[in-house]
Amino acid sequence: MDMATTQRNPGTDLTPEWFDRIAVNTPAAERRASSLTARRSLKKEWQAAWLLNAVRCIDLTTLSGDDTPDRVARLCAKALQPIAPEQLAAMGVKSLTTGAVCVYPTMVEAARRALAGSAVPVASVATGFPAGLMPLDLRLAEIRYARDEGADEIDIVISRALVLCGDWSALYDELCAMREACGPALMKAILATGELKTLTNVARASHVAMQAGADFIKTSTGKEPVNATLPVSLVMLRAIRDYHDRTGFRVGFKPAGGLKTAKDALNWQVLMAEELGRDWLRPSLFRIGASSLLGDIERQISHYVTGRYAASSRLTMG
Amino acid sequence: MTSVSEIMESMEYGPSVEDASAVREWLKARGPFGHFIGGSFTKPAESFDSIDPARSEVLAQVSQGSAKDVARAVRAARKAQPGWAALGGHERARFLYAIARTIQKRERFLSVLETLDNGKPLRESRDIDVPLVVRHFYHHAGWAELRDSEFPGHAPLGVCGQIIPWNFPLLMLAWKVAPALAAGNTVVLKPAEYTSLTALAFAEICQQVGLPAGVVNIVTGDGATGAALVAAEVDKIAFTGSTEVGRQIARTLAGTSQRLTLELGGKSPFVVMDDADLDAAVEGVVDSIWFNQGQVCCAGSRILVAEAVADRFEHLLQMRMAKLRVGPPLDKSTDVGAIVHPVQKQRIAQICAAAVAAGAELVGGAEGQGCFIAPGYLRNIAPGNPGMTEEIFGPIATLSTFRTPDEAADLANSTHYGLAASVWSESATVATDMAARIKAGVVWVNSANLFDAAAPFGGVRDSGYGREGGHEGMLDYLRAPAMKPGRDSTPAAVSAVPDSGSSGDPAQIDRTAKLYIGGAQKRPDAGASYAAQGQLVPLGGRKDIRNAVEAAHAGRGKWAGLGAHGRAQVLYFLAENLSQRREELAAFAPASEIDCAIRRCFFYAGFADKFDGRTVAAKPGHLVTVLHEPHGVMGVVCPNDAPLAGFVSLVLPAIAMGNAVVAVPSQDRPMAALTLAQVLDCSDVSAGVVNMITGPREELALALARHDDVQALWAVGPAELLRPVEEAAAQVLTPVCAPSAKDWTAAEVEGREFLRAATRTKTIWLPYGALPAGTGSAAY
Repeated sequence: MDMATTQRNPGTDLTPEWFDRIAVNTPAAERRASSLTARRSLKKEWQAAWLLNAVRCIDLTTLSGDDTPDRVARLCAKALQPIAPEQLAAMGVKSLTTGAVCVYPTMVEAARRALAGSAVPVASVATGFPAGLMPLDLRLAEIRYARDEGADEIDIVISRALVLCGDWSALYDELCAMREACGPALMKAILATGELKTLTNVARASHVAMQAGADFIKTSTGKEPVNATLPVSLVMLRAIRDYHDRTGFRVGFKPAGGLKTAKDALNWQVLMAEELGRDWLRPSLFRIGASSLLGDIERQISHYVTGRYAASSRLTMG
Repeated sequence: MTSVSEIMESMEYGPSVEDASAVREWLKARGPFGHFIGGSFTKPAESFDSIDPARSEVLAQVSQGSAKDVARAVRAARKAQPGWAALGGHERARFLYAIARTIQKRERFLSVLETLDNGKPLRESRDIDVPLVVRHFYHHAGWAELRDSEFPGHAPLGVCGQIIPWNFPLLMLAWKVAPALAAGNTVVLKPAEYTSLTALAFAEICQQVGLPAGVVNIVTGDGATGAALVAAEVDKIAFTGSTEVGRQIARTLAGTSQRLTLELGGKSPFVVMDDADLDAAVEGVVDSIWFNQGQVCCAGSRILVAEAVADRFEHLLQMRMAKLRVGPPLDKSTDVGAIVHPVQKQRIAQICAAAVAAGAELVGGAEGQGCFIAPGYLRNIAPGNPGMTEEIFGPIATLSTFRTPDEAADLANSTHYGLAASVWSESATVATDMAARIKAGVVWVNSANLFDAAAPFGGVRDSGYGREGGHEGMLDYLRAPAMKPGRDSTPAAVSAVPDSGSSGDPAQIDRTAKLYIGGAQKRPDAGASYAAQGQLVPLGGRKDIRNAVEAAHAGRGKWAGLGAHGRAQVLYFLAENLSQRREELAAFAPASEIDCAIRRCFFYAGFADKFDGRTVAAKPGHLVTVLHEPHGVMGVVCPNDAPLAGFVSLVLPAIAMGNAVVAVPSQDRPMAALTLAQVLDCSDVSAGVVNMITGPREELALALARHDDVQALWAVGPAELLRPVEEAAAQVLTPVCAPSAKDWTAAEVEGREFLRAATRTKTIWLPYGALPAGTGSAAY
């Protein structure tokens, strides 16, 4: 069974038997995650290409209390031109943007304006980000607000308490309501894995989110003590694989908050390629939630093109 | 050149080849190679090629060692040994530390050289082999320093001959050389002829660190060179390689006092229970049989999976297998490199073909150009299929199913071998039970192919004996404080005619001595008797041994299940009853022996719950436990002298550890033991734990040595007895221990050495961690 990549995950009925016997062996997951990155190596033009691919998968993000419309506009400019055009030209790459821009709901309009005329989508967090501890009707209202402002994608947070208490049907119902509120906007379900703690919780929550119709499952808000890690990502990817095996629908993956270096960008892509396959290296199924990552990739690209390591003052600020 | 935008479409990995120019320059500058003897390289002679199997390219010429070369090397080692031992632990530690550091500084060079010579992926030589080599020398620098305090009274063996295989050339060298040197021995090492180069690079490192001449000698060559080393005047042979060659070595050394440790083949089970994390288990298969092209003696090559999860497991396995990259070993994105030699590739292909011909289905496993074979597995395979029974030593596993845990254990144990096992279950209860049931020297729970210098490694059954690594490994390179050796008397010729004039007291009812089998008095199968101590004693034979072994197996489960405290209670009760039956025993044994028997009961009752294993500090996040397990059924051929003290000195430590015993009492004076049988009966020693077969010692000893279901054999007697016994035992690699004592009642004839010989170690690895790293797990 395989649905076209373009077809959205409609979700399923809550089906606990798909996940209630999962028990992830943590040391084994960690061993796999740590050896995986030593099993694959990317050099020269191959490395440059994979780094550029990472750029087109980035949800360039600002989620700070001091965000302003102008700051968001500057970020959007960077999203439209993440790598210096002369360097792209030197590599024979025509055009490149990031995968999306990700902001708070009140900044959607500013982003929308700054990105007008481009194909770069605007993603908005919602549902009482980052803790999600608001009444459900307010969380749903926030989704509708972000949509009304023009968001193409909504990054929602799940109620961690429902996972920690094992109340899967309540979690499923909440997420179904959120998915309905998202309407045509893509729903990325943030599991806040650093607060779920165990990999078994992560696996089960991943399944519930997909069964409720999430288009992407996402590791973290970036505000938890531990954000995206390779072992957590591995477990989520295996849940995506299992869901695809059962339903034929491809759910996307978004690690967030833990990717800071070009090496991280390569490692996560290797993880995607090895565990899910190359289809999951496209922005339609892979996003990286990051803000500082792009700077390090720019430095590596600059070195690949010029043979020199650039000072950050020579790179365009986002 | 592929353009960046094209790659952005294909998202291929592209080549990433490690630079080998420094290694090639070294080979050019240093080759052709002679042997390393007495601190310098000999002039190359009678060279053969060392080949890169991935490119069929000649890397260097290496010399074929002759018996003369071996003799020279042994002389050099012999000359160096006293000085090396006399240096003291601290000085030896400094050298081992220097070796560790130097290897660490040259890890890139050594891993590239290893990959070129062997064909293994650079990722493995770089991330696994060489770091483990370094770890091994560090660990043993520690043992050198601590030898005197941790092994009081122990002495080095002398000169050790060491023969290593081609699958982990430098790592196996480290496993052999490091403990030998730490203990104060000197060595003559013969690397495998396919892979001599890292050993020669190691010789150069020995020179660099200023290791005294003759402490390490390396003679290159093929099996003939190895045979010359086995025949040479060395104090120990340590061999890692095939079971067939191991058997030959064991036969050759039969009847000598040379020590022998053997780390041989395997067909290790990989057991996936229905509650396992299947993804973790699939990854375990990758780390088992698809590691080092499957050329791993302890590889989990027999996958046994619970029927309830078999379909899903196989689906995941196939998907994972499809992701493995077979390719140039120097490419850093290669998972599976080259088979070491065309001969080995052919052998793998032949076994696979035979397996398919016998009805199995091969998934994957395609032969590539040159020395490459894709990973694969055999399914629908019957237990008797050659693919199931023979060690393939290639990247081909077998996959079959089981229904219940007991069936899993039975299938796991249905093999000649017993090196390692891997068990996958998320239930601690289930996993630890399986670890206990499976007969193997190493068990990995929820993991596979984990190694560490502190964790003993070695096998049982056709996988050999002896351990490498940790405390146990050191003991295999040390001589324990010796007992005063004695010469046992030669038994009289067996005669059916009683001595004249000693026909017993007519006032007594005639006493009929019988064999003691399965807790009952039994007449001998042949219905014959022989004369001893003025009585007609049953003349036991091969069939009685057979019956006794069967009874011992039937009885040992209950006895082992009693637990150490339970067995101790029985031994104390035995002492109590011995004390009460003194008078009866006094007819057949002097008071000193009866006193000794009572003392030994107390001693081994005391020790039953104190000869503990240990946990070792192998890696963080891993609970690594070394257990002392009983062998199972032991044959014990008692001395002809000291009819009671000799018997109890051997039988009591064996049963205290949970073994069942088939004992051959003193041939000339069996009555003490046969009287003891009645005491055993009334002391709650359960049926079948001690069995006694009286009769001609040599014939009975040989019958025990030729019984494949006797797991260990102790035999007292002269070399003329021991040689044929050890030769016969070599057939199924039964470990033979030949104690000798001047005075069997002496205090020195008891203790840890006997308990150690009555057990073998099982190393169980259990990785733990409820939480991932970075979230406060105790494991990290």
